[in-house]
Amino acid sequence: MTRHAVSRTLVYLSLIAATVVVLLPLVVVLLTSLKSETEMANSSGALDLPDNLLNFGNYASAFRDGEMLSAFANTAVILLVSIGGTVLIGSMTAYAIDRFTFRFRKLVVALFLVAALVPGVTTQVATFQIVNSFGMFDTLWAPIALYMGTDIVSIYIFLQFVRSIPISLDESARLDGANTFTIYWRIIFPLLKPAIATVVIVKGITVYNDFYIPFLYMPSEDLGVISTSLFRFRGPYAAHWEVISAGAVLVILPTLVVFLSLQRFIYNGFMRGATR
Amino acid sequence: MTDTTHKAAEKTATGAAPAVPVPAPAARKHRVWRGVTPWLFLLAPLALLVTFTYAPIANMVAYSLTDWDGVSPELHYTGVGNYEEIFTRPELFEVFWVSGYYLAASALQIVAALYFATILSFNIRFRNFFKGVLFFPYLINGVAIGFVFLYFFQDGGTLDSVLSLFGVTTDHAWLGTPVSANTSLAGVSMWRYLGLNFVLFLGAIQSIPGELYEAAELDGANRWHQFRYIIAPGIKPVLTLTVILSISGSLSAFEIPYIMTGGATGTETFVIQTVNLAFRFNKTGLASAAAVVLLLIILLVTWVQRRLVPDDKVDLV
Repeated sequence: MTRHAVSRTLVYLSLIAATVVVLLPLVVVLLTSLKSETEMANSSGALDLPDNLLNFGNYASAFRDGEMLSAFANTAVILLVSIGGTVLIGSMTAYAIDRFTFRFRKLVVALFLVAALVPGVTTQVATFQIVNSFGMFDTLWAPIALYMGTDIVSIYIFLQFVRSIPISLDESARLDGANTFTIYWRIIFPLLKPAIATVVIVKGITVYNDFYIPFLYMPSEDLGVISTSLFRFRGPYAAHWEVISAGAVLVILPTLVVFLSLQRFIYNGFMRGATR
Repeated sequence: MTDTTHKAAEKTATGAAPAVPVPAPAARKHRVWRGVTPWLFLLAPLALLVTFTYAPIANMVAYSLTDWDGVSPELHYTGVGNYEEIFTRPELFEVFWVSGYYLAASALQIVAALYFATILSFNIRFRNFFKGVLFFPYLINGVAIGFVFLYFFQDGGTLDSVLSLFGVTTDHAWLGTPVSANTSLAGVSMWRYLGLNFVLFLGAIQSIPGELYEAAELDGANRWHQFRYIIAPGIKPVLTLTVILSISGSLSAFEIPYIMTGGATGTETFVIQTVNLAFRFNKTGLASAAAVVLLLIILLVTWVQRRLVPDDKVDLV
């Protein structure tokens, strides 16, 4: 019995230790974001509480001077278009691959499968030239096209769902005179709702957090997304940790809200998204 | 499964056709239409796939055999010169050693993720809270994480303040020497990605039927036995996936070191070097060769891994 109690205590201690390790850096940044410039200059320790817990001045400067509003707007446009595109493309691909037998079907499947093994970072040097030749460099289209064009995980998620929809549904619709497109659009697509939710969540978080692609393809300042706009804080605010912290908190906050409200779906989404 | 159903469906369709008096041209038209339909659905996806995955790979291999600078219209064929350069100029290949830090961190991370997934799959108070806390870092923006940890490792920043609480004072610049900088950065990566592995493991563990544990408990198995004989074999597919992802992730580490140190003090990773070669020093040819090498290594790792642990769940269709 005592041995059990000891092991139970150790388990809880390890969990509490992990919680501290995860939360402490974040909490300190939150505290720092609420400190004033003079407080920082008087070098209060990183763990000290700010004098005024409601000092949101740094947030105002981060938001205004860091052009966070346009960053959030650009991110939103990219999110909407690329996720919409990913859902359409992924579901169409899955429908075509699962519901038809056609010549070269195996080849098509293999093309998608092999592409999943190629990490995006390795091919950017050459992808850059292609994006450039389309005149998409330094436009919002570059990240949109890249996010839509390379998402094999979502195709796989859709495929698993399409497979679970009974073919008899297609057949009875066909008997009622529906053609292939009607079947896809009116029968299959609505039934894919859970898969769509998964793809929207997984893809949404990836796109929101991505740094590499916007950094390489959209150097213009007014095309900043939240990652690249935040990254630019390094220059002008190099020593102003209170403003940088405010910027970081501004970027993290939406993620936290989404996470807390959609927790269950997010876990499921990532389990489904990664175990391919 | 689906394949045979399709064939069966087709057979009945064609087999039934002569019995019904359908005009022949309509049937042929129908058949042609049916042959074209899947391609209509696949047009956009395949176009994107070829344009943004296969064309770049082909071009990359082509560039890697030239001395192209990425801008000028002229490019000279240099054969395998770029590859020779990569393998003979030690500083170009050295960056791979940096991956070692990330590999070590991944190994630790897998162990830790496995531990937390196991204990949180049993009955624990505040389980959802702990789950959320462990997973949340994975969802945070990489740049924000970079800044959070720049402040963490700052002189007089979070880490120093915590240490001074315990009476430890350091005048150590955490990001100041290659060893401590790389260790710190690998630690940040571990902090960031632990949650993903944890959730994958947790999902796999929870998909193991509960009766197995009950039966094992009746047979007198303790927690370790349950882990060793039920959980470990049950999550093997996910474990192998995690190992592949960790290795390729370690080799292609980019965001955290780029944001935090920009590759200074010996923290340059292979991808940072490639990006710099291509976009700062305009050595597209050499950068392409480097990227080809990285791609081949990752494909090789994946292949070896699949051979060692054949995973029958990884069929796309």
